[in-house]
Amino acid sequence: MKTLIISLKIFLFFTILTGILYPLFITGISQLIFPAKANGSLIVSNNKIIGSELIGQDFDSIIYFTSRPSAVAYNPLPSGGSNYGLTNKKLKETVSERKKQFIAFNQLDSLTEIPSEMLFASASGLDPHISFKAAMLQVDRIVKARNFNDFQKQKLLQCINKFTEEPQFLCFGEQRVNVLLLNLEIDKIK
Amino acid sequence: MTTIDVFQILLFIALIIGLTPILGNYMNKVFAGNKHFMLPVLGWLEKLCYKFIKVNPDEETNWKKYAIGLLMFNLIGFVFLFLIQIFQAYLPMNPAHLTNISWHSAFNTAVSFMTNTNWQGYAGETTMSYFVQMIGLTVQNFVSAATGIAVILAVIRGISRKSTDKIGNFWTDLCRSTIYVLLPLSILFSIVLVGQGMVQNFNAYETAHTLKGIDQTLPMGPAASQIAIKQLGTNGGGFFNANSAHPFENPTPFSNFLQILVIFLIPAALTYTYGKMVGSVRQGWCIFTAMLILFIAGLSISLYAEYSSNAVIGNLSHMEGKEVRFGVANSVLFSVVTTDASCGAVNAMHDSFSPLAGMVCIINMMLGEIIFGGVGAGLYGMVVFIILTVFIAGLMVGRTPEYLGKKIGAFEVQMAIIANLATSFAILVFTAWAAVSSYGLSGLNNAGPHGFSEILYAFTSAAGNNGSAFAGLNANTLFYNLSLGVVMLIGRFGVIIPVLAIAGSLAKKNITPSSVGTFRTDNWLFIGLLIGVILIVGGLTYFPALSLGPIIEHLLMNNGIIF
Repeated sequence: MKTLIISLKIFLFFTILTGILYPLFITGISQLIFPAKANGSLIVSNNKIIGSELIGQDFDSIIYFTSRPSAVAYNPLPSGGSNYGLTNKKLKETVSERKKQFIAFNQLDSLTEIPSEMLFASASGLDPHISFKAAMLQVDRIVKARNFNDFQKQKLLQCINKFTEEPQFLCFGEQRVNVLLLNLEIDKIK
Repeated sequence: MTTIDVFQILLFIALIIGLTPILGNYMNKVFAGNKHFMLPVLGWLEKLCYKFIKVNPDEETNWKKYAIGLLMFNLIGFVFLFLIQIFQAYLPMNPAHLTNISWHSAFNTAVSFMTNTNWQGYAGETTMSYFVQMIGLTVQNFVSAATGIAVILAVIRGISRKSTDKIGNFWTDLCRSTIYVLLPLSILFSIVLVGQGMVQNFNAYETAHTLKGIDQTLPMGPAASQIAIKQLGTNGGGFFNANSAHPFENPTPFSNFLQILVIFLIPAALTYTYGKMVGSVRQGWCIFTAMLILFIAGLSISLYAEYSSNAVIGNLSHMEGKEVRFGVANSVLFSVVTTDASCGAVNAMHDSFSPLAGMVCIINMMLGEIIFGGVGAGLYGMVVFIILTVFIAGLMVGRTPEYLGKKIGAFEVQMAIIANLATSFAILVFTAWAAVSSYGLSGLNNAGPHGFSEILYAFTSAAGNNGSAFAGLNANTLFYNLSLGVVMLIGRFGVIIPVLAIAGSLAKKNITPSSVGTFRTDNWLFIGLLIGVILIVGGLTYFPALSLGPIIEHLLMNNGIIF
């Protein structure tokens, strides 16, 4: 009986400490020093939320760079991957289908090597990034769709360079391009 | 692999080696009750706790009382977490208006978080309110890790003391590890994570109007505070469904590197604390070395498998279920660390890994989660293997087995065998059951041997208290919720209770002074023997099951056979 009372009391103590005070403390500090980040790195324009810098979006228009394939169609409720194993027939079929589609959509030579992230679905289904190479393969299609002249094309290429992030602190992770930020930027090219 | 990939892995290993003595030394001071630099900052909190629960921190108990306190405390945590889930809709802080959770899913989740497994049959952002995440799950993240530390402290006392039946005070151990170790590290880590872009708020879910013109609902919540302890306490339960692959739960490569680092941080440092407390730092480093060798071996096989071309997808870089910001190398590193350490967080979908890389994850868990392992749990699991090793070595040379001056008798070996068999029994029996029942097979996402691997992975993960998954398996069903719940309980308490019994029995014994005839447990020979016993006892048990799953899948894949 004594043990039961001690257990109840110490459980209450830890619930208040680690379940209420700790998260509140962290929220307070975060909202103070990193308000934008703590609230989801939202992109707001004309008082409307367009999206989050961190969360990818689906693009199917010919005037935009396309994101990676997603098992949840970029709907974050809930996030997730396809969970197909390598010996799953569906994976092989989907990959060759995506390859054909990417080549046709971007009017590429059928022998072009497609970066693999454009053929495989991401883990979260919300991956905001593609590789530099995948962005470059889409340039000609977008230039054509937007009727860009050479000067505007140069600007577009500059945008890609601007939004190509190198490995963080030069040593962590991979080189990558944020698709949403890039698409927002090319909308500004006049 | 690029130079950067290799550099990150080497940096990771170097940091773990470097931080082990620093944190290990600090924890030694904390647990021995000595002066340390956090005492002036947080000492009042510890005193407040003892005053509130009316316990004398220096009053110690025997192993049975220690175990009863532990079980009672865990039971209360379970009941509370179960109740707030099934009544979630009536509780506050639920801006997304999530409904009550089914009793069997609530049972599974409550067991899962209490046992430091953090297996998740549900998707966080569409299931759990902020109230449950914070007041239910975050709390269990802390106390289940603290429970693990308490058990290893009892074991250490059992080894280092003589002729007593006292192995410590559970409440004191719980308090000290939460207040001085887990809490300060979590505060520090969660603020860094928010700085990298992790969300931490109580806002309602935001709706974005995307460039395409459709609405996208962005889930929010107090994520960073939970993710910090999720990694540090080797818990692994994600705030969001995609776990550490979700951009809000792991925004940058740097946040990713830190998340991997802190999984190993406390389990590695505990080997040093262990060495200090049993009176030989060298013993601690030997255990550390055995763990490091097994880690590097698994990592090498996994990297090789993921970078090899195969007959199904050719030489494409294998990005299914991986994120661009992490790439292949960081996904593999994360997967090996998280399964070594019974963490279970994932930054890539293990279900989509190549068969051999998936197998490395499964084997890491099957070995008993002792490659650094869960906070506290890894080391007490390792002590079980050490007892078996000195016993086997003793048989080979015909000497009475002895570890750190303690004679290892029949009782200790029996308990070690029970601890070992409990998990293998749970894994193999339940996997077999699921594999031949319609309700077991109906949850599969993949056909052929990979489907069997999904089941094997689930029960291995539950028994090892890991919590990661081949997530294609739909485990939120009556059968899986209950069976996995039971397996998690066996995997946790089926090891903790025998281990505490060993601690109690060792504490009563005298310490025999070492002599020339003593079998040394602090040299390369012993490290080799220990690894051998781990691989034979832990690994061979599962070879038939593995050959039906990942091994045959690998062979079929290389012949281009798909299902």
